[in-house]
Amino acid sequence: MKKILTSFDEAVRDIQDGSTIMVGGFGLVGIPENLILALRDANVKHLTVISNNCGVDDWGLGLLLKNKQIDKMIGSYVGENKEFQRQVLSGELDVELVPQGNLAERIRAGGAGIPAFYTPAGVGTPIAERVEVRTFDNKEYALQTALKADFSLVRAAFGDTHGNLIYNKTAQNFNPMIATAGQVTIAEVEQIVEAGSLDAAQIHTPGIYVQRLIKGKQEKRIEKLTLTK
Amino acid sequence: MDKELIREKIAKRAEQEIESISYVNLGIGIPTMVANYIQPDKEVVLQSENGLLGIGRFPLKEEVDPDLINAGKETVTATIGASYFSSAESFAMIRGGHIDLAILGGMEVSEAGDLANWMIPGKMIKGMGGAMDLVQGAKKVVVIMDHVNKNGDPKILKSCTLPLTGKKVVNRIITDRAVIDVSENGLVLVEVAKGFTIDDIVSATEAKLHVDENVKMGTY
Repeated sequence: MKKILTSFDEAVRDIQDGSTIMVGGFGLVGIPENLILALRDANVKHLTVISNNCGVDDWGLGLLLKNKQIDKMIGSYVGENKEFQRQVLSGELDVELVPQGNLAERIRAGGAGIPAFYTPAGVGTPIAERVEVRTFDNKEYALQTALKADFSLVRAAFGDTHGNLIYNKTAQNFNPMIATAGQVTIAEVEQIVEAGSLDAAQIHTPGIYVQRLIKGKQEKRIEKLTLTK
Repeated sequence: MDKELIREKIAKRAEQEIESISYVNLGIGIPTMVANYIQPDKEVVLQSENGLLGIGRFPLKEEVDPDLINAGKETVTATIGASYFSSAESFAMIRGGHIDLAILGGMEVSEAGDLANWMIPGKMIKGMGGAMDLVQGAKKVVVIMDHVNKNGDPKILKSCTLPLTGKKVVNRIITDRAVIDVSENGLVLVEVAKGFTIDDIVSATEAKLHVDENVKMGTY
């Protein structure tokens, strides 16, 4: 029922210069590794990227940053990436830093048909300086608008031929909301199975949100290996 | 005192803030270290804002799962009874007042309980991560940090000079030198660490400090 692709270049071919893309992941966990690589190779420019983080200098979204493909980044934490800091301070890159919960909810709202909502996070800080602040039950809340994208790129552990997705552990993170907020959602999955072989009660992302599926082998780089000795 | 020992001392004192049968979020840095000192008789569930309720110890080499990290991007394990969820669910939990305690690091705290811990204009661009959501949603917010900065200047100020993370959000400050509560009437000194006098604390604090009548000396 869903378009199952075998070429990553083909999967991202219609992403054009100036597109807004959302990319799943927290740090390097749960990022669609091969879709990002294909975007780098396609060399599309002037992208607006919405993602919690921006990869590291040599992996994930950091690759697009290094290749000067990103004009604007909307995220919550970019501290792992030196090139990011350099490009912002030199004025090459526009950045909108958003409290992480606001970011998650703005994306969720984008996919759920809610144009805006009030949230306490950021009230009294520079984040809420230029937005409407309203009091409910004696507490102040700031208006936040929904986020949507031309393309959403997500990564799941399993996808079936109807586009249903299941994520693994903390590789879930922003992926379920991002899958709902893209005009076109492309899911890179570790395994594609026949519809009916996943437990329908365990599906995280119902197939209605997913337009394309592609199987991708993941490197799953570890940012900080910490062990019990 | 050695820097690592000071961090340990702050983390150990902060552990006392954690009550049994509670849900706790520990920030990145010294707050993460607090987990190492949680008394075994306390039932505590640690929340990680990237989508895990029930952070376990660091994994053994053979247990490492690259899909399982904490908010500091460190490999972890999950405890028995843990659950995984999306970032939206995670922040519903945080914003909705379901987290009993958040322990966060700080750059500056004001006498009104304002916190600045995410940005130095023109220098540091990292982002606030989940800190702005946590300070608004957690039932209790404890900030742990050094009492003074690298230059020896106070970090507890009349008002913050750096961009805020939240206004009137801090309940308690724990430093290497003292424990200070934020009250309706300003800051109250409740504990002084070993090797310091009340005068030491007052002179290393820019904000006005009320000394609690039951202030405890040399507690940690």
